Amino acid sequence: MELTAEKKLWMYRKMYEIRCFELEVDKLFKANMIWGTCHLSVGEEATAVGAIAALKEDDMITSTHRGHGHCIAKGGKLPRMFAELLGKETGYCRGRGGSMHIADIETGNLGANGIVGGGIPIATGAALASKMKKDGKVTLCFFGDGANNQGVFHESLNIASLWKLPVVYVCENNQYGMSVAFKKSTAAENVADRAAAYNMPGEIVDGNDVEAIYFAVKKAVDRARRGEGPSLIEAKTYRWLGHSKSDANVYRTKEEIEEWKERCPIKRYRAKLVEEGVATEEELDKIEKEVEREIQEAIEYAKNSPEPSVEDIADGVYA
Amino acid sequence: MAEKLYIEALREGLREELLRDERVFLLGEDIGIYGGAFGVTKGLVQEFGEERIIDTPISEQAITGIAVGAAVAGMRPVVEIMFFDFLTLAMDQLINQGAKIRYMFGGKAKVPMVVRAPMGCGTGAAAQHSQSFPGVFAHFPGLKVVMPSTPYDVKGLIKAAIRDDNPVLFAEHKLLYRVKGEVPDEEYVIPLGKADVKRKGKDVTVVAGSIMVLRALEAAEELEKEGIDVEVIDPRTLKPLDMKTIIDSVKKTGRVLIVEDDPVSFGWGAEVAAGIVGSEAFDYLDAPVKRLGGLDIPIPYNPNLERHAVPQVEDIVKAVKDLLR
Repeated sequence: MELTAEKKLWMYRKMYEIRCFELEVDKLFKANMIWGTCHLSVGEEATAVGAIAALKEDDMITSTHRGHGHCIAKGGKLPRMFAELLGKETGYCRGRGGSMHIADIETGNLGANGIVGGGIPIATGAALASKMKKDGKVTLCFFGDGANNQGVFHESLNIASLWKLPVVYVCENNQYGMSVAFKKSTAAENVADRAAAYNMPGEIVDGNDVEAIYFAVKKAVDRARRGEGPSLIEAKTYRWLGHSKSDANVYRTKEEIEEWKERCPIKRYRAKLVEEGVATEEELDKIEKEVEREIQEAIEYAKNSPEPSVEDIADGVYA
Repeated sequence: MAEKLYIEALREGLREELLRDERVFLLGEDIGIYGGAFGVTKGLVQEFGEERIIDTPISEQAITGIAVGAAVAGMRPVVEIMFFDFLTLAMDQLINQGAKIRYMFGGKAKVPMVVRAPMGCGTGAAAQHSQSFPGVFAHFPGLKVVMPSTPYDVKGLIKAAIRDDNPVLFAEHKLLYRVKGEVPDEEYVIPLGKADVKRKGKDVTVVAGSIMVLRALEAAEELEKEGIDVEVIDPRTLKPLDMKTIIDSVKKTGRVLIVEDDPVSFGWGAEVAAGIVGSEAFDYLDAPVKRLGGLDIPIPYNPNLERHAVPQVEDIVKAVKDLLR
């Protein structure tokens, strides 16, 4: 298994896109242009990108409340994402969903989810549909370390393994379920250890190493596509910013945060790409400039988009 | 037209939809070789195989969530939850996911799924296997709620529910399974959201749902002997609720009793009552709107206590007479 230079550069671009997107969202939030709350994935870009890079275009994903990165990596359009966060009619959910519910069924993104663990049986069901339809698709199910203590996580993994469903469970273990440290919430040492209980492979991977994630998920996706059943992958990573917008970080130290920032997945990958001769510093700078421009254009699009009409408030409750 | 049991008519409806559309499949606890706790799915696994009649582990939340995911991905799952009471275990997936997904995703996703569940008391199963609370589900935007009372209705409505592109909760009173009624040989579908006048009358309107339709009809027979002419309306679906048929009836009779199997306090009968008094039927009322329903207690085990926990025929007879006093 080798990664092409094209794929490597795609992964770099997508991680950078996510980083810029999240930081711009943070600014827009502070400027009171985003309503409600949002959960940012700065520092966790590699898990979203590395995992989704292992999928085919029409494979499916389910995402989490911290889902902007998954959506971008799955091919989500930045203008429509910003528009959704600004509550606009042109957003992915016509301004009805906001940050926690961005979905794009057409591109196989079955949606972010405001309920911790809520997407796990949905991904499992999508995989059952693929098995029944024999459409060859695999579903990638993202969830956080907090979700691994929800009952439905255990119910779903048991069933997926029993029925050999084409689903890959990717736990983004960012060390905290809101404020509670992983060690304080989970009796197992690792989330991946729990795979043994469901008779499926469990693998721990460096969640800040985009290629390591790619290879681990690719192996699991290939296995799922061959009809051999699900896998559980635990990507150990860290969120740099607070849980949501009201977080004063009282449960962790500045030193710990700084330590993880040293392991920045984007900085690391940039150094690797230059060292391997995949791209020069100048070429990577050019990619970054392009992304920054696209982000600004997307924000402009969102700002200039119309508000949803109150007359249509009840649209879409029923099909 | 043949006489069939409710359970047979329901099974026929499921079978016809399984034959008609390969996207339809059933999943639930003990629905395969065992045929379901009440025997609804008996014989289906032999005909359609384990791929489409799927026995699941005892994991209500995952089963329901799997149905949501399969529905979003293009299938048309029908879940059996063994007892209505167990729906509480599946609430997140049914309410926060299944019912809300379409709206919160901007009207794009479709969630064509049915959740069937046997409800009601009268079998001595006590508090955790006997409650009827379809009215609770009618409170949630995005769900439809159906509660057929006759073999004819259950067949036509299960077919409509399966063909609907929204999540549908299908409430089956377990005492109805063994009730007989006429079912046409030819195919038919009953649209959701249409009430049915089960008995025409001019003195009093009784709006009753599910098992209470049968009790209301029996009460009407008794009252007829005393010269009281009762009209019985069965909403058939709580959501969408056909208020027009009810309002038209009340305008004709001027008196209305609402009978539900749910606990009466905060029950769907209050919604119907409010719909009546808030409509033009208010001017036609000759007596206050009256409601009967379950007591505000968990269902007790002792048969005599159990019987008194929900309205019986004699309670309906008495309530109608009170209305005419």
